[in-house]
Amino acid sequence: MAAPFPRWVNTLARATLIAAVCTLVGVPVALMAWVRTPNATRRFQPVAQPIAFDHRIHVTGQHIDCQYCHFSVERAASAGIPPSSTCVPCHSTVWMNSSALSLVRQSVATGTPLHWNRVNALPGFVYFNHAIHVNKGIKCENCHGRVERMARVYQAAPLTMSWCVDCHRTVRAPTNCTTCHR
Amino acid sequence: MSAAALPSPGIAQPASDEWPLMRGDPTDASLTDAVLAPLWHSSPAWWALFAFSAAGTLLLLGTVAYTVMVGIGTWGNNIPVAWAFAITNFVWWIGIGHAGTFISAFLLLLNQKWRGSINRVAEAMTIFALVNAALFPLLHLGRPWFFYWLVPYPATMNVWPNFKSALPWDVAAVTTYFTVSLLFWFLGLVPDLASARDRAPTLLRRRVYGVFAMGWRGSGFQWQRYRVAYVLLAGLATPLVISVHSVVSLDFSIAQLPGWHSTIFPPYFVVGAIYSGLAMVLILLLPVRRAFHLSGIITEAHLNAIAKLMLAMGLMLAYSYVIETFMAWYSADAAERYTYLVGRPFGPYAVAYWIMTVLNVLSPQLFWSKRLRTNTAALFLVSVGILTGMWMERFLIIVTSLNRDFLTSSWHIYMPTWVDWGILAGSFGLFGFLFLLFLRFVPSVAISEVKSLRLELASRRRAESSHA
Ligand code: HEC
Ligand code: HEC
Ligand code: HEC
Ligand code: HEC
Ligand code: HEC
Repeated sequence: MAAPFPRWVNTLARATLIAAVCTLVGVPVALMAWVRTPNATRRFQPVAQPIAFDHRIHVTGQHIDCQYCHFSVERAASAGIPPSSTCVPCHSTVWMNSSALSLVRQSVATGTPLHWNRVNALPGFVYFNHAIHVNKGIKCENCHGRVERMARVYQAAPLTMSWCVDCHRTVRAPTNCTTCHR
Repeated sequence: MSAAALPSPGIAQPASDEWPLMRGDPTDASLTDAVLAPLWHSSPAWWALFAFSAAGTLLLLGTVAYTVMVGIGTWGNNIPVAWAFAITNFVWWIGIGHAGTFISAFLLLLNQKWRGSINRVAEAMTIFALVNAALFPLLHLGRPWFFYWLVPYPATMNVWPNFKSALPWDVAAVTTYFTVSLLFWFLGLVPDLASARDRAPTLLRRRVYGVFAMGWRGSGFQWQRYRVAYVLLAGLATPLVISVHSVVSLDFSIAQLPGWHSTIFPPYFVVGAIYSGLAMVLILLLPVRRAFHLSGIITEAHLNAIAKLMLAMGLMLAYSYVIETFMAWYSADAAERYTYLVGRPFGPYAVAYWIMTVLNVLSPQLFWSKRLRTNTAALFLVSVGILTGMWMERFLIIVTSLNRDFLTSSWHIYMPTWVDWGILAGSFGLFGFLFLLFLRFVPSVAISEVKSLRLELASRRRAESSHA
């Protein structure tokens, strides 16, 4: 009876075994590395907005304080996104007829809010609060990077649980689960 | 060099004076042919059973898909009875999985030669039982796709499983057991797969078996290495027989619930596990033996030995029941006393209690009779009874303790839903499905071991006759 396999199958068998071991080790390691990349955490990816609002012009150029627009950041859980009426005092004089602002004019005229796309978003089961952080002296840029230098805002921090918990450990903020999952 | 590591190559011990371990006067070739026959020809009976178990598997797939899509609210689980069917079935199936390693590794190290003709079936059963067992806690997670959170790995959540809890150790114990059992089973198969390769009728089959035989040629050199590896793995597997169900039992005994908080649990669970596993081995072995005409190599000596083991396990289990109840009374703790003396025997789940007692404690007593120990009908029926009884035991431990703890405010009755029953029934289907595939594609008796047993028996006969 002829041999069921040609000779080179020996090499193939060994190669398969090595490849199997590499896959078994490699795939989990690669996945663990991948979830930490900016791709997986959606960091550094500028988010397009319906209106080309530019923090560089307004914060660096016009020296507007963050809280002029993000009005509730010291008081509430949410930092607040400015309503379109915030834009009116200046833009009734500057760039008044620009097409770039047509959506703002429309929103003011009809009273319907603008739809900005979310940049930083935690899952619904996480409780986050701006007020406590800002009042304890943590700067916007610790978590959001240099927004005043961004043409389009992007998420600067990984926003993983370990990111929150690592800081909480170093500054001795509470780390029991119900702090953030309540 | 390897002689010390091997069970002594001496004469096979007869399991009994009356029954031979092997009947007739088979040759090596006829033994191989007899065991390999089912690989080349299927039978209508096989197809009928296969269709039946495939339907069961579909039921399992359906109910599991429904559970995953809708959530475990489709089960009867509630708070406090959060474990309910899922963990009952888990503990039960994993217990069944214990006999395989018990028979193959424990008895190998004890040099019980009679294991040779039944260990393959027992090991296959172990693996399929473990597959079923693993299914239940995974589904019970609620979001089974996050199963990998059970494994300690550097997650971006910065949380690790709680190593002080028995549950992560449960995962470790079960995965280790599964891996070792699979390796042990496969290693035992290699020489037989090579026989299948050499006898397969078509090139394709020769190649498929050839891949799995991994180049086995049966040279003295290979055999020497092989025996060493096999015994080493057996040594590795043996402590697992004890450890796995001990760890599972700790899931319970670390809790303070009446009926769980007890130091007897580890040995009590291990004994129960081997007990139910032996019953399952018989349930599978008896039909296989008849359908494949294997009564020449699986003789009354084997049945007798298993029945004796079952009787011994049954007695130990009965002893555990007695001690458990005695300790509850002796503790003078009101909740413990209530659970053991009133809640279980006379409470809402009393039926399960009495079924358990009759089937687990009384039915094996039949095996004091030598005649019944080799009566296949009696063996089969008692085995079915024991499996039922053991399932009731697990159900009782879980449900009656959770359903009524110290606080009146957290008393709640548990009732399974049709999805619970569907998954349980489906898991039998999957078990049968896998086992039937096994019978059809893998040699169901360890041919090489039976052949070496034949040689030993023959040489002993020669020695005896020359002596006379
Ligand atoms: C003139 C008003 C204005 C000022 C001043 C301003 N912002 Fe904004 N900010 C906006 C608007 C409008 C958006 C939504 C559009 C966008 O994301 O670009 C926004 C978006 C953001 C976002 C992303 C929100 C999300 O969806 O996650 C961050 C973070 C942010 N601002 C931080 C700052 C910081 C820090 C400052 C001060 C350095 C600042 N902003 C000053 C108007 C302002
Ligand atoms: C404190 C005054 C002030 C406020 C408030 C203000 N802006 Fe402006 N914005 C300016 C000035 C000044 C410019 C023109 C800068 C330049 O031309 O260099 C400008 C420019 C712009 C432009 C054009 C940028 C470009 O070059 O394409 C847009 C779009 C814009 N603003 C949107 C908004 C929106 C939306 C709001 C409300 C959330 C807002 N601004 C609030 C002062 C303001
Ligand atoms: C400790 C980190 C941290 C600091 C400090 C911080 N933020 Fe945030 N910010 C976040 C996170 C996290 C989110 C996403 C919140 C969510 O998805 O619920 C967010 C969201 C926002 C948003 C989107 C709207 C909202 O509230 O969800 C704005 C605007 C914002 N931050 C502005 C600011 C400004 C302005 C400051 C400084 C005054 C600041 N943040 C300081 C972490 C921080
Ligand atoms: C740069 C450091 C830093 C980061 C990053 C950070 N925190 Fe905090 N957090 C603090 C500090 C400081 C406090 C205030 C602790 C105290 O009470 O003194 C705090 C407090 C809190 C509190 C209120 C705790 C209470 O007192 O009940 C919550 C909730 C919270 N953080 C959630 C989060 C979440 C969610 C994240 C991640 C998305 C996060 N934090 C990231 C520093 C941080
Ligand atoms: C400082 C805030 C904080 C604390 C404290 C915290 N978490 Fe989280 N947790 C988060 C954030 C933020 C996420 C979301 C991470 C993401 O989306 O990648 C998260 C996600 C999770 C998730 C993943 C949930 C899912 O479905 O994806 C689990 C599980 C979890 N946390 C468990 C815990 C446990 C257990 C503890 C207590 C040991 C804890 N967390 C404490 C902030 C916290």
